[in-house]
Amino acid sequence: MKLKSLLLAGAFAALMSGTALAQVSVKIGVLNDRSGLYADLSGEGSVIAARMAVEDFKAADKGIKVEIISADHQNKPDVGSTIARQWYDQDGVDVIMDVPTSSVALAVNQITREKNKVFINSGAAASDLTGAACSPNTIHWTYDTYALAQGTGGAMVKAGGDSWFFLTADYAFGHALERDTAAIVTKNGGKVVGAVKTPFPGTDFSSFLLQAQSSKAKVIGLANAGGDTINSIKQAGEFGIVAGGQKLAGLLVFITDVNALGLQTAQGLVLTESFYWDTNDQTRTWSDRFAKLNNGKKPSMVQAGVYSGLLHYLKAVEATKSKDSATVMAKMKELPTDDPLFGKGSVRVDGRKMHDMYLFEVKKPSESKGPWDYYKQIAVLPAEQAFKPLSESTCPLVKK
Amino acid sequence: MFELLGIPPQALFGQVLLGLINGSFYAMLSLGLAVIFGLLNIINFTHGAQYMMGAFVAWMALNYLGLNYWAALVVSPLVVGATGIVIERFLLKRIAHLDHLYGLLLTFGLALIIQGLFRNSYGSSGLPYQIPPQLAGGHNLGFMFLPNYRGWVVIASLVVCLATWFMIEKTKLGAYLRAATENPTLTQAFGINVPLLVTLTYGFGVALAALAGVLAAPIYSVNPNMGSDLIIVVFAVVVIGGMGSILGSIITGFSLGLVEGLTKVFYPEASATVIFIIMVLVLLVKPAGLFGRTA
Repeated sequence: MKLKSLLLAGAFAALMSGTALAQVSVKIGVLNDRSGLYADLSGEGSVIAARMAVEDFKAADKGIKVEIISADHQNKPDVGSTIARQWYDQDGVDVIMDVPTSSVALAVNQITREKNKVFINSGAAASDLTGAACSPNTIHWTYDTYALAQGTGGAMVKAGGDSWFFLTADYAFGHALERDTAAIVTKNGGKVVGAVKTPFPGTDFSSFLLQAQSSKAKVIGLANAGGDTINSIKQAGEFGIVAGGQKLAGLLVFITDVNALGLQTAQGLVLTESFYWDTNDQTRTWSDRFAKLNNGKKPSMVQAGVYSGLLHYLKAVEATKSKDSATVMAKMKELPTDDPLFGKGSVRVDGRKMHDMYLFEVKKPSESKGPWDYYKQIAVLPAEQAFKPLSESTCPLVKK
Repeated sequence: MFELLGIPPQALFGQVLLGLINGSFYAMLSLGLAVIFGLLNIINFTHGAQYMMGAFVAWMALNYLGLNYWAALVVSPLVVGATGIVIERFLLKRIAHLDHLYGLLLTFGLALIIQGLFRNSYGSSGLPYQIPPQLAGGHNLGFMFLPNYRGWVVIASLVVCLATWFMIEKTKLGAYLRAATENPTLTQAFGINVPLLVTLTYGFGVALAALAGVLAAPIYSVNPNMGSDLIIVVFAVVVIGGMGSILGSIITGFSLGLVEGLTKVFYPEASATVIFIIMVLVLLVKPAGLFGRTA
């Protein structure tokens, strides 16, 4: 009798723990720049954001075991590809996240498709990720060159900047950004009078700025990012370009860049981002928590995107109780997205995450109340307007 | 109006001038390298990190101590030079008798450590540093707008380069230095403190890098990688000029800045590689560099 009840209890316990242990364990690889010019806007901060997502989702309580690993791709496509292959083939990684630097992102996009895993990109800009190079295994989360062009490009043309000269970082990202912005400029009745491709990464842009100056274009479009943007804005100030009546359009400026430039140099710059820490109470609370873990530095939109993307992935894993790539991807596209940082949104069939974008202007030093108080919001771009409509898509996944 | 290869002459003058300005950074950095290599036989891969430290010390002096740009021009080279002296005394001295390769590895490792430390403390995207108010603004030269600060950089760099050349080639101290390079044992036998000379020379070379760093702070992004972006080019400049040749590194620095500047006009995509193409060509024809002595 005693033995029987013991056995029964044992069997019951086994059954119970069996359901609780019906665990899915997922391995997340955060692959980004940890030492170079994009390390501040992605880097360790993105890993912190990923950990926060796991914590806030209470993954362990829901029977999902999450392991996060990270690596430095050094902004080199060959280095990034090698790590991605090793992660997928040997280390059992299910999802690669972040991956700034479009050339590396496009390579990882291809490998993820080959290995049938999941790639949630937050850091890279090239709109090709959901265009010609789109993949059933990739979601492009935070922003893209099309949205940047719509935001900053569109606003500058409307404000009378109808002739453009581009300073373009000479790699996939710069080319995509120039292409998308030039399209917006011409569509709105402006014209592109010239462009120069600058070696990446660069230090001295004065020669290129001088070419832009003599082109007499009303707007100088900076189709570059990170240190390149910082150097070009700094040197444009020095050569009196803005004082001479030409306007600078920083097509991709992150909050970390503004921090590095200082408000004295950056004031008045118009830029497009999908996230700013000081937007509402939810973003402020989250950003304060983040800053405490990140040496007091506020999150960039890329880091916020890693948080939001991983949260959505975990929701899909919970809903499907599976980590099969096709199942989870289908669920992610089916479930609406909702999180404290980007609000409500969705993931489109081509892998484009849809949310509003914001047009900001950098404050004057006198308007700023302290460190990281940098932006004034000047417009909201609804998601449908910010991202390329499916009707114009070149992505083969979109049925027409 | 006549045009040269599709570029109006006005624009061309502007670009030539810009090339000279960038060349002045190459010249100052390669000069420091040449001095160190010439007298210590050390290939100082820490040079880029020391240039970066120069800029950061200027930033620290301003933000922590309230010292302005002009004070930083003096303080920063002294501070960074002092760290150089410590490195020479405790590390480089111990491997002085070994093959070049050991010095190269040691200084390269040091550079990585220093960059890593700064990255941990200050992040990778950099720090703001304004142009000093006395040098803000610029002059319209007719063919281009020349910022006052760039003009100052060229003049400062030329003065420092020529003064260094004069000191090493024309003064008694320089004569001791050159003697110590040729034959340290014999020089010491004449009662000259050769180890001290060597230490001070390394400190001086490092101080030159730091000075270039302070000059660069207001116009380039002040970040932990600023030196590593530049150092490879500077090494190419030194190799083209001839390892250890003082005058060679100055002339090559300025002229390669010029060549690079012109490439930025005619074929911008190649401007990052043109210096290395020249390096290959020079090494094929003159393996010791343009001004180098064949051993």
